[in-house]
Amino acid sequence: MDFLRPASWEEALAAKAEHPTAVPIAGGTDVMVEINFDHRRPEYLLDLNRIGELTEWEVGQENVRLGASVPYSHIMEHLRAELPGLALASHTVASPQIRNRGGVGGNLGTASPAGDAHPALLAAGAEVEAESVRGTRMIPIDAFYTGVKRNALEPDELIRAVHIRKADGPQQYSKVGTRNAMVIAVCAFGLALHPETRTVRTGIGSAAPTPVRAKEAEEFLNAALEEGGFWDSRTIITPSIAKQFAALAAGACNPIDDVRGTASYRRHAVGIMARRTLGWTWESYRGNGRSTEGAA
Amino acid sequence: MGVTGNPTSINQGTRTKGGIGESTLRPDGILKVTGEFAYSSDMWHEDMLWGHTLRSTVAHAEIVSIDTSEALATSGVYAVLTYDDLPSTVKNYGLEIQDTPVLAHGKVRHHGEPVALVAADHPETARRAAAKIRIDYRELPVITDEASATAPDAILVHEGRDDHHAEHVPHPNIVHRQPIVRGDADAAAARADVVVSGEYVFGMQDQAFLGPESGLAVPAEDGGVDLYVATQWLHSDLRQIAPVLGLPEDKVRMTLSGVGGAFGGREDLSMQIHACLLALRTGKPVKIVYNRFESFFGHVHRHPAKLWYEHGATRDGKLTHMKCRIVLDGGAYASASPAVVGNASSLSVGPYVIDDVDIEAIALYTNNPPCGAMRGFGAVQACFAYEAQMDKLAAELGMDPVEFRQLNAMEQGTLLPTGQVVDSPAPVAELLRRVKAMPLPPERQWEVAGEQADVRALPGGLSNTTHGEGVVRGIGYAVGLKNVGFSEGFDDYSTARVRMEVVAGEPVATVHTAMAEVGQGGVTVHAQIARTELGVSQVTIHPADTQVGSAGSTSASRQTYVTGGAVKHSCEAVREKVLEIGRRKFGTYHPAWATAELLLEGGKVVTDGGEVLADLVDVLEDEAVDIELEWRHRPTEAFDLRTGQGNGHVQYSFAAHRAVVEVDTELGLVKVVELACAQDVGKALNPLSVVGQIQGGTTQGLGVAVMEEIIVDPKTAKVRNPSFTDYLIPTILDTPTVPVDVLELADDHAPYGLRGVGEAPTLSSTPAVLAAIRNATGLELNRTPVRPEHLTGT
Repeated sequence: MDFLRPASWEEALAAKAEHPTAVPIAGGTDVMVEINFDHRRPEYLLDLNRIGELTEWEVGQENVRLGASVPYSHIMEHLRAELPGLALASHTVASPQIRNRGGVGGNLGTASPAGDAHPALLAAGAEVEAESVRGTRMIPIDAFYTGVKRNALEPDELIRAVHIRKADGPQQYSKVGTRNAMVIAVCAFGLALHPETRTVRTGIGSAAPTPVRAKEAEEFLNAALEEGGFWDSRTIITPSIAKQFAALAAGACNPIDDVRGTASYRRHAVGIMARRTLGWTWESYRGNGRSTEGAA
Repeated sequence: MGVTGNPTSINQGTRTKGGIGESTLRPDGILKVTGEFAYSSDMWHEDMLWGHTLRSTVAHAEIVSIDTSEALATSGVYAVLTYDDLPSTVKNYGLEIQDTPVLAHGKVRHHGEPVALVAADHPETARRAAAKIRIDYRELPVITDEASATAPDAILVHEGRDDHHAEHVPHPNIVHRQPIVRGDADAAAARADVVVSGEYVFGMQDQAFLGPESGLAVPAEDGGVDLYVATQWLHSDLRQIAPVLGLPEDKVRMTLSGVGGAFGGREDLSMQIHACLLALRTGKPVKIVYNRFESFFGHVHRHPAKLWYEHGATRDGKLTHMKCRIVLDGGAYASASPAVVGNASSLSVGPYVIDDVDIEAIALYTNNPPCGAMRGFGAVQACFAYEAQMDKLAAELGMDPVEFRQLNAMEQGTLLPTGQVVDSPAPVAELLRRVKAMPLPPERQWEVAGEQADVRALPGGLSNTTHGEGVVRGIGYAVGLKNVGFSEGFDDYSTARVRMEVVAGEPVATVHTAMAEVGQGGVTVHAQIARTELGVSQVTIHPADTQVGSAGSTSASRQTYVTGGAVKHSCEAVREKVLEIGRRKFGTYHPAWATAELLLEGGKVVTDGGEVLADLVDVLEDEAVDIELEWRHRPTEAFDLRTGQGNGHVQYSFAAHRAVVEVDTELGLVKVVELACAQDVGKALNPLSVVGQIQGGTTQGLGVAVMEEIIVDPKTAKVRNPSFTDYLIPTILDTPTVPVDVLELADDHAPYGLRGVGEAPTLSSTPAVLAAIRNATGLELNRTPVRPEHLTGT
């Protein structure tokens, strides 16, 4: 195995162009596990740790441009206001040590359905800044996940950053694991209210071959909120609407049975999380900081 | 010798600093938490090679051929060994039944069985070379449960058995069967006003010690080998290793290296023989370190079990009878299965008085992973089931579950189903009373004034799944019965060598045993005993090795009792010898040398009245007193193979738990809020260590209640989750507060009156958590661990 250590982003792109099979490594929290388990033996590892800009972020008018290697702990500490859903998701990633190493770029590169960041990115709305020696392109997050552990990157492309829409309303994130910390997702759910566009976006993790949005649930809820005038009245969402939303979210799953949980449990749990996260975010939207009240 | 309650000893304990009864700090503690402690995996030898084990990828198959040529041709590879390379006529090993091949011969019987070994100059080279070994398997149907094991046409996991259980078992795929019959359970059942029965399932738990199997074998000039290894019982290893190497035992010299936990998982051999074989073949030191993945295949697990129980009671709450059948899955090799069967059957009644019983326990041979010793050893599975039964009975009778247990609680003098009388304190009712009397943790602790819920106090924790929605509190109780020490007539002795001499003007004691310090704190306790008995402050603990006699296993909650007893015994002999020297030198100067009871205290010889007669420095001068003695507890008897009668156990231990849980009833997630424990320890030699043992055992019991399980595919018998990603053990956020109430009711048969501590809390913790979850949810829950699917019906 050859270990490539580019000193700059341009060198990294050149190396990736020369060795398209090279596996980029930053925090190593996915790649090293795979190597240790002998699940993969890449011919080349492309170490991105010398490229300082990848751990930087910029807060713009509309978006946060988050460098691919910004560690989860930084997102939790510094971007809680702008990216509340992703900050909550970051908090569920493994242990403090791993949160200090791992970042969203790795989650996207691996594109595992169990990656913790995906539901939050889907719910917030994001674009992946992919670059190669051929140029830069922006891949909408909805089009990024193409299959189990597969993404829309070309072999010569690297993830430079993720552009995530700044929160314009409350966001929530829930993840079920069979342990109260340091656990891989059995399933996860992200939800973001977008009062500016009067829409709700969602993201489901670990309950389908790829991270997915619960589109039907979103459409139903968007229509119901509009028809009922909820955005303006800020009244409690009718329980039947929340229930239907939860059922449609569960229906958006296409899960499997595995050692972590059964398919039917995953469907069930996604429904519960959909209902609860809707309750919490809506309470916040109503101006009630205490999200334990009135939820679900 | 071994006299308990000896008032002079107790007095010394209070007067000599760092003696028994004090919470002296463990010598290895700070090193371990700061990362400086050298574990077995840290060992290094100049010029050493790395060994790698190639393991079977299938559970049950004939080996048609093995081709090692490509592996051997790999640059950097020094040796590739298969069964054909074994140097001795002895090719199997085993704790009790020698049924385990050092390397597979013609057949593999479980997933991950060692087939070939490679030694190379780099671990990666060894691994890659092993991957080039071509093995052609012809797969066989897998035996995975009782039905497939005892089917008329079942393949025999081991053909031609000639072990001493083979004659009495009903089927060759049953390792051992132990019935226990006392009274007339059917007749007693007729007197019952209420009868409850249930079928219970206990999942396969792993010891999950943090220091994976590792060791270093160094070939010696005399043709022997020096082996440095993390194990639980050096001499048991030695007895199994030497014959396979074709060496006399004195040519295999073993030294204990730093052990990162054991919990039973190091009772069986792992890499010991393999490293020695490679070292002797290559003439170079060979180190083997398993990674976590391999560790899941490198040691036995706790027997998964199916248990059927029936209990009856009269309307006024007295138990009438109990019938049970316990089927333990021993997997492909016997390991400790026979002894686990003995424990499961003889302790299946729990800490209750039941005169009429009909008990049967068996262990199967299957193609599942081999199972053997783990903390609680057969008593854990039974406790899970009988405690569920107690709650069912109490509910049927409309009684309080604690009062119902107390009404039937065993006490000193109780006759057990085996015919053995419990002849030391058995404060079962009192432990339950104490644990129930502890204050309950406050409700709704997640509510923080004016803020969002503190998710760390809720089920799901940081995963943020609830802010209180769906959360219901439940409370449950359980109490258990465990034996201490090796049972069924086993010669369960230990050896201690104690030396006393003057070093740099100070009296110093050296304690040398072969006791494996696996984290239990034995080395701390040995120094405390030596200080108490010999009145010195300086005690050196010699590294554990096979240059001294056997200490027996660090298992069965026995080491403080048995090796502690041996250290005490040898210290007493040293003390007598020192006093003899003193009398010879100074006897004529003071009549008390002849008339008074003399003690060693604060570096001096004193009378029991406190008068100083001489400094130990002056008594000993240049002389060293050095004594090695064996020590035995009371003998036990085998259980009768038909009736199960016999005084099979040395000592019993008891712990009770109260569990408080919050269950997210919609998502099926559990937060254990508190696990209060009350336990009788006879005498707490080191109270801090005692509390640590109880908290650790409690947590391990919690693990198998809500998360820990090795999942084996029933179709292929392959392990599906051999990693800490999917085999989950409790984090600190899953670990509740564990208030501990320690009783000290002396057992007059044991050194200092002590009672083994380490295992009892592992028994009652699991059923207490289950009872609390049942209390919260109203569900029956007859299996452990409980998974979210079970709580949500999905």
